[in-house]
Amino acid sequence: MGNKQQETEQRVKFYQKGTFTVGNRLLNIKERSVQGSMDRKNSLTCGHRACQGCGEALGARYAIDAAMRATRNQVIAVNATGCLEVFTTPYPETSWQIPWIHSLFGNAAAVATGVAAAMRVKGRPEVKTIAQGGDGGTTDIGFGCLSGMFERNDDVLYICYDNEGYMNTGVQRSSATPPTARTATTPVVGKEPGNVFGTGKNLPLLAMAHKIPYVATANVAALHDLEQKVTRAMSIKGARYIHIFVPCPLGWGSKPEETIHVARLAIKCGLFPLFEAEHGKVTGTVPIRQKVPVEEYLKTQKRFSHLFKKGQEEWEKIAAIQAMADANIAQFKLLVSEEKS
Amino acid sequence: MLKQIEGSQAVAETIGLCRPEVICAYPITPQTHIVEGLGVLVRKGLIENCEYINVESEFAALSVAIGASAAGARSYTATASQGLLFMAEAVYNASGLGLPIVMTIGNRAIGAPINIWNDHSDSMSMRDSGWIQLYAETNQEAMDLHIQAFRIAEEVGCPVMVCMDGFILTHAYERVDLPRQEQVDAFLPPYEPMQVLDPDDPVSIGAMVGPEAFAEVRYLAHYKQMRALERIPEISADFKERFGRDSGGLVHPYFTEGADTIVVALGSVNGTIKDVVDEMRLDGKSIGSLSICSFRPFPLKALREILHSAKQIIVIEKNLSVGIGGILSANIRMALRGLIQPVTTAIAGLGGRPITKKSLHELFDKAMRGEIEDLHFLDLDWEIIRREIDRDKKARRSGPTAENILKDIGQRLNKPE
Repeated sequence: MGNKQQETEQRVKFYQKGTFTVGNRLLNIKERSVQGSMDRKNSLTCGHRACQGCGEALGARYAIDAAMRATRNQVIAVNATGCLEVFTTPYPETSWQIPWIHSLFGNAAAVATGVAAAMRVKGRPEVKTIAQGGDGGTTDIGFGCLSGMFERNDDVLYICYDNEGYMNTGVQRSSATPPTARTATTPVVGKEPGNVFGTGKNLPLLAMAHKIPYVATANVAALHDLEQKVTRAMSIKGARYIHIFVPCPLGWGSKPEETIHVARLAIKCGLFPLFEAEHGKVTGTVPIRQKVPVEEYLKTQKRFSHLFKKGQEEWEKIAAIQAMADANIAQFKLLVSEEKS
Repeated sequence: MLKQIEGSQAVAETIGLCRPEVICAYPITPQTHIVEGLGVLVRKGLIENCEYINVESEFAALSVAIGASAAGARSYTATASQGLLFMAEAVYNASGLGLPIVMTIGNRAIGAPINIWNDHSDSMSMRDSGWIQLYAETNQEAMDLHIQAFRIAEEVGCPVMVCMDGFILTHAYERVDLPRQEQVDAFLPPYEPMQVLDPDDPVSIGAMVGPEAFAEVRYLAHYKQMRALERIPEISADFKERFGRDSGGLVHPYFTEGADTIVVALGSVNGTIKDVVDEMRLDGKSIGSLSICSFRPFPLKALREILHSAKQIIVIEKNLSVGIGGILSANIRMALRGLIQPVTTAIAGLGGRPITKKSLHELFDKAMRGEIEDLHFLDLDWEIIRREIDRDKKARRSGPTAENILKDIGQRLNKPE
């Protein structure tokens, strides 16, 4: 670091064939990945007990490191009970290199409100508060406190790592579990196997309904985008929400080495739209470059395997899921670039 | 400064003098006037450098206080009844984390049936949560206990509940002596946390602990309360020296020396009990009373020293542990273990039923004649109970108990003579 030549702007002129990835070193220094820097904080350092291929561990490390860079290391994190809390702090060890508190399953947003209030009275406005939890701690048990924090516009960034179920307790359904997905409490038996249609909560849209200054969705297959969104969030005062899609190989029955692949397919099929919103209005989306049918995404995970049983394929249900993806694509206009080309 | 004000207002002004940095407000009767009073004080700028946060539930109220306290701010909230139950998970968490939050309980019954009036069911339900529990006898003591509570909490590293009887204290207008700011400042130093969330010195608070050390962590919570058992009387003595008043401490004995009968109770009912004791002593009866201020930690030794020479103990309880009886009595029996004198439990004042001098007088007389069972319910209307039990026996679908009783009372009242 500190090399003058590195800091000068370079014109990006080379994309690897067949990908849309540009090498980190070719980017303007300000646009380079936080993780690509030797100066990254490793806020969530190695040695924790996450499963192989854990999307949440990856998402949390990128998100918190980006927040640390954006605030010059002035971050306090509040964690809801859940996988992230458990695998990062098995007694007597902790992987957190930042001030970190875990109180309860359902109160992370409220505890963060308290931390932020304390920082104001203590005259330390530079210290920023992040609350984080899984989808259970966010969309279900923690929703009351989260909605309260949004409504008061408290100066907190809340990050939800969404793996679409209660994975820490052994893969049960949450209000973020998609239809047809197999969980321990939505088993693949009976007339409507897996999770039922017509249920669930869309937390990013609910957050937007609170008219808070910033809402974004992110995905561990788009880590650069994730870092940029966290950085943007840290530049804004008030209540902010980032919803990160994090595959769970254990709960989803996907291959650990395919976490990024699965997460990318969720973007490409339209089931997980990437967007940003300010004060309730969408301000930006990440367009889908090569749309794929939802089957491609669903087939990577055993929790959907009952849809594809040979000779008994559930085409109607697959079509219904495709309709959900298409609705997202239409709502957020995710195929703009395709239409142009 | 002497003032004639409502108990809640007096407590609000006292909390203000304790320089709280974060106050979490959520309304619940009969505590509401306290947080309302604090809201006015903060808006008027009379409490400097204080964040007043209107939260969405009691669970959030204590959770915000947990975050604020862990980040080094002196934190306060107040609740009662259903509110205390709704925050129960956070109640245990705050003490488990060793955060010196002070919380007022405006003692109130727990439903169903829903009831907004006074008894001790709410705070009693949290007696094992690891919080220190102090019970106020008067509004003056409620004020003084809050000043002492912050000091006890912050010295020991343990949260404190100050319990004051709903309505009887919270809504009573009485003359109180409001301390001066300098007096409180001299007594209560600024909060210096034992653990704090600080980017300059990162720590993990609230990590998971398994069988390897959980018992040790729990023991240390007990150890803190045992330390508080020593510090509570010392801090009360220091308070007396600076403010000139007896407030707080472990217990308040009243003519207990040489008394054959000693009546034990928590909170404001001790005022009535003392009046009855006065009258009975004038009649030559050997009776005294004992008000317990510190229920957690429970002063086993202090109680045994006072109670061991009495021939009979009567415990007035504003709670009912359904299926066994009185909670305080069970604790008193622990203090008297190995001794033979009878401990009589009188369940009284549930859901705001007035505890009158007349009823107490009769109760004490009967008890002293040995005419009372171990578990006695003061002023129960047996007629109401019998009729409801009869209705239950007659029909399977006998209907909701509370509604049946109200209907029954109404019919009896309206029956032409």
